[in-house]
Amino acid sequence: MSVNLPDPPITETPRTAGGPDDPATQTAASRGAATLPPRVEARTTEPSTAHAVDADWDTAATGQIEVVGLSAYYGSFRAVRDVSMTIRPHSVTAIIGPSGCGKSTFLRSLNRMHELIPGAYIEGKLMLDGIDLYADDVDPVQLRRIVGMVFQRPNPFPTMSIYDNVVAGLRLTGRRSRSFLDDTVERCLQSAALWDEVKDKLKQPGTSLSGGQQQRLCIARALAVDPEVLLMDEPASALDPVATLRIEELMAQLRAAYTIVIVTHNMQQAARVSDQTAFFTMAEDRAGYLVEMSDTTTIFTNPVNQLTEDYVSGRFG
Amino acid sequence: MTASTAAIPARRALVRSGVDRRRSFVDRVMRGLSLLAAITCVIPLAAIVAFVTVRGIAAVNLDLLTRPPKALGVGGGAVAAILGSLQLVGVATLMAVPVGILAGVYVNEFSSRRSARLIRFCADVLVGVPSILVGVFVFTFLVLPFKQFNAFAGAVALAVIMVPVVMRTTEEILKLVPGTLREASLSLGVPVWRTVLSVVIPTGLAGILTGVMLAVARAAGETAPLLFTALGSRLVNVGDFSRAMDALPLFIYVNARQPYEALNDQAWGAAFLLLVFVLAINILVRYRTWGRRAG
Repeated sequence: MSVNLPDPPITETPRTAGGPDDPATQTAASRGAATLPPRVEARTTEPSTAHAVDADWDTAATGQIEVVGLSAYYGSFRAVRDVSMTIRPHSVTAIIGPSGCGKSTFLRSLNRMHELIPGAYIEGKLMLDGIDLYADDVDPVQLRRIVGMVFQRPNPFPTMSIYDNVVAGLRLTGRRSRSFLDDTVERCLQSAALWDEVKDKLKQPGTSLSGGQQQRLCIARALAVDPEVLLMDEPASALDPVATLRIEELMAQLRAAYTIVIVTHNMQQAARVSDQTAFFTMAEDRAGYLVEMSDTTTIFTNPVNQLTEDYVSGRFG
Repeated sequence: MTASTAAIPARRALVRSGVDRRRSFVDRVMRGLSLLAAITCVIPLAAIVAFVTVRGIAAVNLDLLTRPPKALGVGGGAVAAILGSLQLVGVATLMAVPVGILAGVYVNEFSSRRSARLIRFCADVLVGVPSILVGVFVFTFLVLPFKQFNAFAGAVALAVIMVPVVMRTTEEILKLVPGTLREASLSLGVPVWRTVLSVVIPTGLAGILTGVMLAVARAAGETAPLLFTALGSRLVNVGDFSRAMDALPLFIYVNARQPYEALNDQAWGAAFLLLVFVLAINILVRYRTWGRRAG
């Protein structure tokens, strides 16, 4: 199979979604879209053809997440209660709130990482571009290729080189063409603003990098599987201010091509990087819930809810 | 003024009292006893190594390494036992390592907490089962029905002894592999089985290999399970697992009981070879894992 196709440089052009001439996309749409289109396959179609056939396909609209009445449980404990929100595509959505209010749990339910914990499950509905992510025939493994994740602590694979770390997701899912992998490594490391620093030492272990570089390596690794949505769970909280700044600049660039959801403890960070902000807090029964969600400027300057105002002005939490 | 001066408590004495002197004396005695006990632990190993080396090294010669025992009388060498040990342990390793590693992976990655505890308990009991019982058990299933002592039964008996060792080390090592690596892999859309195979196991590989090598060393020195199975033989047996086969521990056992000094010397020589093999593995393992991070 031909995998060595030109990839559009993602930082410059809006990404193309799987066009309707892609059989997988068509099937998915016609079946009520229960299966997810394989993104990498979709890119192998000629982009110009895809656009020509697909006049009314709104490329800018892919990666929209609709959350309806979502509750997340650990066994009998409800960690998140009845959250509903719309996460806009190609924008940065920040989730803020005090410790233990279910921000991370909420984030991890968006790519079904939450259910990996024994006894954990969710109630409610979660839609990605109209596809019910918790439908019976949705494969969580496929879903996680579309909704990628970056974690709080940089976690490169210690047994792999920088190069191998970036393409780990591709290799381990069966894509091995050398030239394709080479291209991906350069493209993703450039997207993650790491290429210049590591291009001469791609064979060195990923763990030989500094903490900030490791986190950018992890971002490059997440980008390599070609996701539409990037979930970031306090991606800069283990980093120094300079490395944090790099990550924030990176988010601003990636926003053009990806839907980004970031959980952060750092309100200034939320204010700097996000377009929308959601404020969570904890109820009496320790269940986290969504207090208010709005444009970031509104949340920080003119919030509707008193709890939000108290939190962003530092009077609580 | 004078009243308040009187109220200040006297400064406590900084000079040793009788109680302090007794305390430090008891302390010194107990420390000495602990050191003595620690030395007692090391003495047997040092003595065994010294004794076997002195008596054994003199008996190691080309004959011992290259010739089979004489069919009749005194003389010959231990080549049948050396080759037999290599084959028995090799085949046992081939059987035990996949089972042990997979079992360890299952317990740590896939099983429920309750079944994990049950399997772990069984493995620990199996480690503690006297090895002669393992021999008798295998004898019942793989020797009696064929009315023939055979090397295959010997390899199976050794494998039974190796499996729980490999399994428990694998499990302990995989426990040390950070969960964040599993999450990182799963979040890339890598299936669970692939995550285990390509991320978790390679991260713990050094530790798993340590477990394998320790199990090999243990199996190489086992005598009792072979008495009922491979039996021992004076003939060089290469590759015929349906017949009896010699092994170094059996060779030592048989020759040490003979009334001929030449055969006793051969037993010492074989003992030296076995000791070198086992110690070499142990030292190699320690060297490989010395100062390493998890696994």
